[in-house]
Amino acid sequence: MQTTTVIDSPATEHAHAHGHTGHHHTETFLSKYIFSLDHKTIGKQFLIMGMIWAVIGGLMSVIFRIQLGWPDETFPILEKMFAAWYTDGKLNPEAYYMMVTMHGTIMVFFVLTASLSGTFANILIPLQIGARDMASPLMNALSFWLFFTASVVMFGSIFLPTGAASAGWTIYPPLSALPQTSPGSGDGMTWWLISMVLFVASTLLGGLNYVSTVLNMRTKGMSMFKMPLTVWALFFTAIIGILSFPVLVSAVVLLIFDRSLGTSFYLSNIVIGGQALPYAGGSPILFQHLFWFLGHPEVYIVILPAMGMVSEILAIHSRKPIFGYKAMIFSILGITVLGFIVWAHHMFMTGMNPFLGSVFTLFTLLIAIPSAVKVFNWLTTLWRGNIKINPPSMFAIGFVSMFISGGLTGIWLGNSTVDIQLHDTYFVIAHFHIVMGIAAFFGMFAGVYHWFPRMFGRMMNETMAYIHFAITFVGSYLIFWPMHFLGLAGVPRRYYTFNEFEAFAHYGTLNKVISIAAIIVFLGQLIFLVNFFWSIKRGRKSTQNPWQANTLEWTSPIEGIHGNWEGDLPEVHRWPYDYSRDPNSDVDFIPQTVPLTEEEKKDKIHH
Amino acid sequence: MAEVIEIKEEHHVDQLPTPNNGEGGENSALNISYGKTMMWYFLLSDAFTFSAFLISYATIRISQPWWPDPNVVFKSFPFMAHANVPLGFVSVMTFVLILSSVAVVRAVQEGHRMNQKGVVTWMFWGIVGGVFFLGCQAWEWNNLIHEGLRPFYNPFGPNEAGKTTLFLEKMAMSPGPVAFGALFFGITGFHGFHVFTGVCLNVYGLIGAANGPFHKRGHYEMIEKLGLYWHFVDLVWVFVFLAFYLM
Repeated sequence: MQTTTVIDSPATEHAHAHGHTGHHHTETFLSKYIFSLDHKTIGKQFLIMGMIWAVIGGLMSVIFRIQLGWPDETFPILEKMFAAWYTDGKLNPEAYYMMVTMHGTIMVFFVLTASLSGTFANILIPLQIGARDMASPLMNALSFWLFFTASVVMFGSIFLPTGAASAGWTIYPPLSALPQTSPGSGDGMTWWLISMVLFVASTLLGGLNYVSTVLNMRTKGMSMFKMPLTVWALFFTAIIGILSFPVLVSAVVLLIFDRSLGTSFYLSNIVIGGQALPYAGGSPILFQHLFWFLGHPEVYIVILPAMGMVSEILAIHSRKPIFGYKAMIFSILGITVLGFIVWAHHMFMTGMNPFLGSVFTLFTLLIAIPSAVKVFNWLTTLWRGNIKINPPSMFAIGFVSMFISGGLTGIWLGNSTVDIQLHDTYFVIAHFHIVMGIAAFFGMFAGVYHWFPRMFGRMMNETMAYIHFAITFVGSYLIFWPMHFLGLAGVPRRYYTFNEFEAFAHYGTLNKVISIAAIIVFLGQLIFLVNFFWSIKRGRKSTQNPWQANTLEWTSPIEGIHGNWEGDLPEVHRWPYDYSRDPNSDVDFIPQTVPLTEEEKKDKIHH
Repeated sequence: MAEVIEIKEEHHVDQLPTPNNGEGGENSALNISYGKTMMWYFLLSDAFTFSAFLISYATIRISQPWWPDPNVVFKSFPFMAHANVPLGFVSVMTFVLILSSVAVVRAVQEGHRMNQKGVVTWMFWGIVGGVFFLGCQAWEWNNLIHEGLRPFYNPFGPNEAGKTTLFLEKMAMSPGPVAFGALFFGITGFHGFHVFTGVCLNVYGLIGAANGPFHKRGHYEMIEKLGLYWHFVDLVWVFVFLAFYLM
């Protein structure tokens, strides 16, 4: 009973910290590590779940890359390990499609949406705005446990006799709606849909919490325009999630009706095996509109948190104020707004009206403006900075590289005329993997390396981190750069094998190179995992403020206490980017808690 | 149990509605409590769900060459076996739902006046209105199902003159556009689920108001939050009503 009163709401937290500092109630292992309501623990839970999912999703990509690299070989070893998916040492085509589908679903939703936002919004928002916890810790914990339940359902679906969903991560009907079309459209698809409804509920609870925490729980002096860019990015990410995921719920609910109640929302005039089905009047294009109304903002949900963290990390590690703080915020806002009105650029090949296509092309190309503003601001932040080379800064710079490389091809694909040629080819695979997959992972790694001392009180091993960086950076380009050429040559995505096509026969070697690089990059990530878990136990002890950063999280006790600060909350006096302000001073950073000097008060810039 | 609740409420007093207890929450950007911020963002989110449903409805309906006339489909009235009252019944249930919203407005107003008895009375009438609406919806669904409407079958088709007619004998293919039943049950069902949730939440609000914990907090913000949700559900019905019954 006692614990329930304590954990009821941040209000109780406040009152406790107020009354008697250092208040401790007895905690069991379960209440401290498993059913915790502390935002820092919930953030770590999201991170660990994300790692588990990333390994599963990455392993799946290795399995289908082996099929694509060596389509004629047999792999008895793999058959021993994954007996259900292999026949005579070769991957079953159905299993191949299941791998492709689940790889996309897992990476996009479970790793780069839930885990990326879940980890860093939970850990950073309260710590960086000076709050004791989230607005509603209970909802926060529910958000994680709904995510966990969604994960269990999705993971369980892999072991169904008919396999998991295999209609692609975009689950277009009619393939996904009719069980007779493929084994994966049976129970596996039902489980996928159930999992996603739980997932959206989790995202919604988390997002509402992030938004109201940012809007309502900031400490004294922390005005909106004194917030670090991480918080701004996570704030807009949460808003995008709140507004776009419900549309996926609508799409999924109608698909469930089509599958279970015999309705015809997405189905019309279908003949399978010579037999006409009774569905009439539905529209599969409707599903694509509903799906991509989520699907496109989704890529910004994936990339914005990485952008925010990279902005913060680049400023800290180049010891310079971020270039264009407000420009950064307004470009995030621009991306948020424009992100909602470009979804049909995924559908240029559906036979849409070319005039409508040109409108969506226009909006899509407009997104290049805020994106370019951000890129130039990162480069100008680095420009003539006192750049500290360390794992977080390497990964942050790697992020900028990936974002530029992948972003430029986005301008190609955003043009409906070019897209008609490149649609559903490896060019698209290369584009979105670099710009939202690899780039978001780089942002995530930068964030983990940077805030690891904040999470666990220890530093990660630098040697392992550099090896991890080198393998990931070089390897990722080796995987995805050649795919541009495959795509330009018209090699279609999602094909099981290219043996049958004379036109693509001479790309066999290139596919082997890509597959070898993919395997090496996957193994390279294991170095990160070893480093992560080893450093939790054995890493070098961190100092209070190891990166000499300005933001509030480095003023909170390193061991991570309930309520984040002993005694009163810190008061904020300045923006978070006062680096190298005074060339004559030995200290090149001024934390946000330091009051303004008399001269600074006269000079109103930035304060 | 009662003791535990009391401890909680003490802390709430200095926290809500605008937390200004010397730390945290100094900067409420919209000058409302975090609970209301959350509710507003949730309603925005839910508005997108319903918009997606109603846009799907519009998309499918526009693509059909013919659509049943609501004046024929929705003409039954309880206890009047063969009466022909186009849209009569749905007008009654819509009116009651709006009245129940008015009742909740009064409950919120009495909450601002810290009049516990007033809050309880008006929340009670709000709940009565919600339950009445759900009962009406149950009757209407039941009636249409008896007439043969299913998510995958629509007995309301055109006769030779193109007028909407109820074809009572079951046919291999629906006489009318099959999407009609699917959309009707899907969207009014989803709305009904929201009303049901709202009634449950309002019962929670009624108990909280009647037993006194809200009063001890010094404000009836919970009733305001429930009110926001209830009015939203009401507003959505206006659009659902427009889409299915008037167009």
